[in-house]
Amino acid sequence: MASMAQAIRLALHYAEEHLGVTDVFGEDVGAPLGGVFTATQGLKTAWNSPLDERGIIGCAMGLALAGQRPVAEIQFCDYIFNTIDLLKLAGNTTWACNGDWNVPMVVRTPVGSGIRGSIYHSHSFDATMTHIPGWKIVIPSTPLDAYGLLLSACQDQNPVMVLEPKALLRMKGEELIPGEPGDDRVLSKMIDAPLGDRSKWKPQWPELQPYTVPFGKGKRVREGTDLTVVSYGRTLPLSVKAAQALEGDGISAEVIDLRSLWPYDWEMIRESVKKTGRVLYVNEDTEVTNFGEHLVRRTVEELFYELLAPPRLLAGKFLPGIGLADPLEMASVPQLGDITEAMRALAREQP
Amino acid sequence: MVEARVLEERLIQMYRQGHGYFWIGGPGEEAFNVALGLLMKKGQGLDHDYLHGHYRQSATLLALGEDPIGALRQMKNTASDPYSGGRNFAGHFSKREWNIVPITSPIEVQYAMAPGTALAQKRHGGDGITIVTGGDAGTAEGDFATCLVWSSRPGNELPILIVVTHNQWGISTAAATQQGAKAIADRGKAFGMQTRTIDGNDPIASYLELQKAMGYVRKERRPFLLEANVSRLYGHSSASGANFVNVEQDCIVEFEKKLEAHGVLTRAEMDQVRTRWTEEIAAKARQVRDEPLPEASSIWKHVYAEDR
Repeated sequence: MASMAQAIRLALHYAEEHLGVTDVFGEDVGAPLGGVFTATQGLKTAWNSPLDERGIIGCAMGLALAGQRPVAEIQFCDYIFNTIDLLKLAGNTTWACNGDWNVPMVVRTPVGSGIRGSIYHSHSFDATMTHIPGWKIVIPSTPLDAYGLLLSACQDQNPVMVLEPKALLRMKGEELIPGEPGDDRVLSKMIDAPLGDRSKWKPQWPELQPYTVPFGKGKRVREGTDLTVVSYGRTLPLSVKAAQALEGDGISAEVIDLRSLWPYDWEMIRESVKKTGRVLYVNEDTEVTNFGEHLVRRTVEELFYELLAPPRLLAGKFLPGIGLADPLEMASVPQLGDITEAMRALAREQP
Repeated sequence: MVEARVLEERLIQMYRQGHGYFWIGGPGEEAFNVALGLLMKKGQGLDHDYLHGHYRQSATLLALGEDPIGALRQMKNTASDPYSGGRNFAGHFSKREWNIVPITSPIEVQYAMAPGTALAQKRHGGDGITIVTGGDAGTAEGDFATCLVWSSRPGNELPILIVVTHNQWGISTAAATQQGAKAIADRGKAFGMQTRTIDGNDPIASYLELQKAMGYVRKERRPFLLEANVSRLYGHSSASGANFVNVEQDCIVEFEKKLEAHGVLTRAEMDQVRTRWTEEIAAKARQVRDEPLPEASSIWKHVYAEDR
């Protein structure tokens, strides 16, 4: 099965062939590297930009205004923060001109911890990004969802932010991308650039099929009756593992992969919480003014009388950074043990 | 030029009379901005010129043929405001039909976006160009450097006219106290750009210099940095009172002197021009005064674009 990085590459290839994507660009996005995570290797519209994040976002906006379909990359979300007023502008352009213009652009950026990235390669961006209206915001946790969400993004009339959990970029999926050959080695031979001289290399793309994941639709990854866990990104597969581990203790946890942060699938959360009466939100961005806090607030306001225990949020510590040494990173953002314990405590919590 | 001046003075009056919350605009930039509007290739799409303008550019819009009533409506923030539906300040134009990208309050962001439309035009071919304008104070922002870098990538030079209207001020701060470059245009030289500093208060010089610069960009598909020295005749905005400044050169007064000296128009004829625009714009202002404001429920409209 394709890794998430390969799935992104396949999606962008499909999008430049069939959805009118004109530019896949950013720092080191074009040849020879094809992206620091190889997500843009071999794409015909990929090009390298100056090392200038504001220039990248600004250029994407200009291209979108000129009727092109750009997919811009910010190499790590840790470096996207100096573009925030441009992101705000991309999000408010349609509204500010009362619908005269629209800005159909996609921005992709790797997020989160898990590669021992220290202070400037471990940051999350979901808390900040969900403060910016006018965007659609997604964060896949599987290669197939990455493919499907990107195909949706490349067809939308609005700016779309795709947050790519960097801890999952190299993880292989459990489902085939439609059109992907069944053998990993065959896929790799077809689309992974060789080491060394790549000047004459060209990928052989499989015959891909369209597959879209609509915005605002979560995925119930695991059914359960005792509590609901709502997560996304790196902490989603950990939440599933935790749920599996707790099964032995007689705790039945339902796990929802939100996938799409704006719009988001409140209906799915509501139904699940009405069933279980207990909900834990898990993400790894810093916990103060965290997106999960919004979900907790809404849970309290709309589902208070359905609850058997207070809704909980497990998120990253409110720290200036994630330290490099193993114990520092482990202590800063939720790990499997933290999630398991939080779920166990919530399942057993009594008034 | 006179139409634009009369319009701006009417907008200021509307602000004073409580028919608007805030004024910002372009009195003092008419000579340059009219010439720019007259020379733009007007229309929609890559074959036409894109304008990433700033909020002192009413004269460009009028020179393109825009009805001044739109600016009055935006000042009064009526639902009929064609640029923002009552959402934005005066002078914040937007007109997709003519490639006028929405003007925003941040003074620099247009310089970061403009290379995007220019890149699309470079690929497309033809003679459509991108024009980006801003003030001298805004060139201190990084986005101006972004524009210079992205417009001159080797082998990917862009068909973009980068304009700085230099009025010597950033709100209350004198340019000479903040930027050491002798001329802003000189910054383009480091990027191998054609550059020029011109008298933006002279409409004829502005027209001829713009014609040359735009001709170069259209034909050579390469960037040009043009710095135009202009005046700021009513201060930064209504926040600083919007009072007439009599120590700066007034491009209309100067041009009228020339026209009279060369026997092109008499004083009486020029007075007539002003009277005609004053009456016409006053009538439009009266019309706008009774137009409804947007409905409160309209705040949710256009958060997202519908499929086009």
